[in-house]
Amino acid sequence: METLFKSELKVINIGLESFAETLKERGTEVIHVRWQPPAMGDEELLNLLDKLK
Amino acid sequence: MMSKIDEANQKAVEKMMKSRPVWVDIGRARDVIPGMKDNLFLHAGPPITWEKMSGPLKGAIIGGLIYEGKAKDVNEAEKLAASGDVEYSPCHHYNAVGPMAGVITPSQMVFIIEDKEWGGHCFSNMNEGYGKVLRYGAYDEEVLNRLRWLDEVYAPVLKEAVNLAGGIDIKTIIAQALHMGDEGHNRNRATTSLFIRSIAPFIVETEWGKKTDYDAPRLDLSNVSGYFKDKKATAAAEVLAFMHSNDLTSLNAIMASCKSMALAAHGIENSTLVTTMARNGTDFGIRVSSTGDKWFTAPANVPDGLYFSGFKSSDANPDIGDSVITETVGIGGFAMAAAPAIVNFIGGKPADAFEATNEMYEITVSENNNFNIPAMDFKGTPTGIDVRKVVEKNIVPRINTGNSP
Repeated sequence: METLFKSELKVINIGLESFAETLKERGTEVIHVRWQPPAMGDEELLNLLDKLK
Repeated sequence: MMSKIDEANQKAVEKMMKSRPVWVDIGRARDVIPGMKDNLFLHAGPPITWEKMSGPLKGAIIGGLIYEGKAKDVNEAEKLAASGDVEYSPCHHYNAVGPMAGVITPSQMVFIIEDKEWGGHCFSNMNEGYGKVLRYGAYDEEVLNRLRWLDEVYAPVLKEAVNLAGGIDIKTIIAQALHMGDEGHNRNRATTSLFIRSIAPFIVETEWGKKTDYDAPRLDLSNVSGYFKDKKATAAAEVLAFMHSNDLTSLNAIMASCKSMALAAHGIENSTLVTTMARNGTDFGIRVSSTGDKWFTAPANVPDGLYFSGFKSSDANPDIGDSVITETVGIGGFAMAAAPAIVNFIGGKPADAFEATNEMYEITVSENNNFNIPAMDFKGTPTGIDVRKVVEKNIVPRINTGNSP
């Protein structure tokens, strides 16, 4: 754990892009992965998608 | 193991990619489109009533009624349009497609595209060029005269030419144009150049093209060159000059060819592939391979893009046209990475074009084995939209369109 905080921070950010933007503004190397919950978490749509597998 | 839906989608997309659309002829809509009749007006997008049509579509219907001689002025046309005596139907119900308002009237001449792999024909009207045109809902004398010239001179010359040529392979033209900076929907400079190059030798060989005196509207070429100031142009010169002046010359034939490809993928049991996307200026509609002729609709979006000076998005009509048939088969917005010049036009960067194309792989089932992008190591364009992926990933198809004042 100690080494983690002593080494240079390299971040992979998944989901909310604003987290990546904030880190970028502070000069941290960050790769942003666009991700959102399947069907935006809509249960009805998720049930329909399950039936269409 | 693939599910039965995945297998059906693979079958559908393979049929789509194997389709071989060839421009074989031109004919009058009422004579060549099966089911077309004198009081039937075809339009872009899903079904719609006269009352619910937007301004541009109503304008095109009004212009069409005057053009057909069914009404002598706007008032008469509006009354007739609302009377119930005119039938309206989506172009798609007749295996046709039309850009923007997409109005095809019974006497208009249409491209006939034959699928040499799967059989059957698809249709589209002649492209009128830019500016004041019927497809944007304009119908003054200038517009109607151009339509007359298109039907009475342009189309007959092209018909004779394509018959002499024995057909023009449109799929090959699209594939080549993607290597020349086109994406096949908004940018058609390369497709049109190739289209002209393919048909030009036959245009000059036509009997029609050699005529200089004929009883039909003329195209004024005096602004093209001083050469034509004191000299009557041949019909062939008029046709070639018009084709050269209009980068969209090839678009309608390309759209009908894309319709041919989409049609090949339609009607596959269990397939969730999108085989139609279209807008009528009010609604956006899709049809899916396994759900027959049923349309699924939602309100059409207002395009996000570059507006003419003095106009903004709140002035705009919601999107309209069948031209999104290009994206349905993996070109247009899906092939943006092939056409970085377009993003420059709206203030973007080539990276934006790559992002647009890359995102579309998320919602499609295949890489196209005919259409590819040199700058992406010749990767096939994202092809075959799976509605399940659109819902799961909440990524909507990228669609290119156009604006007109």
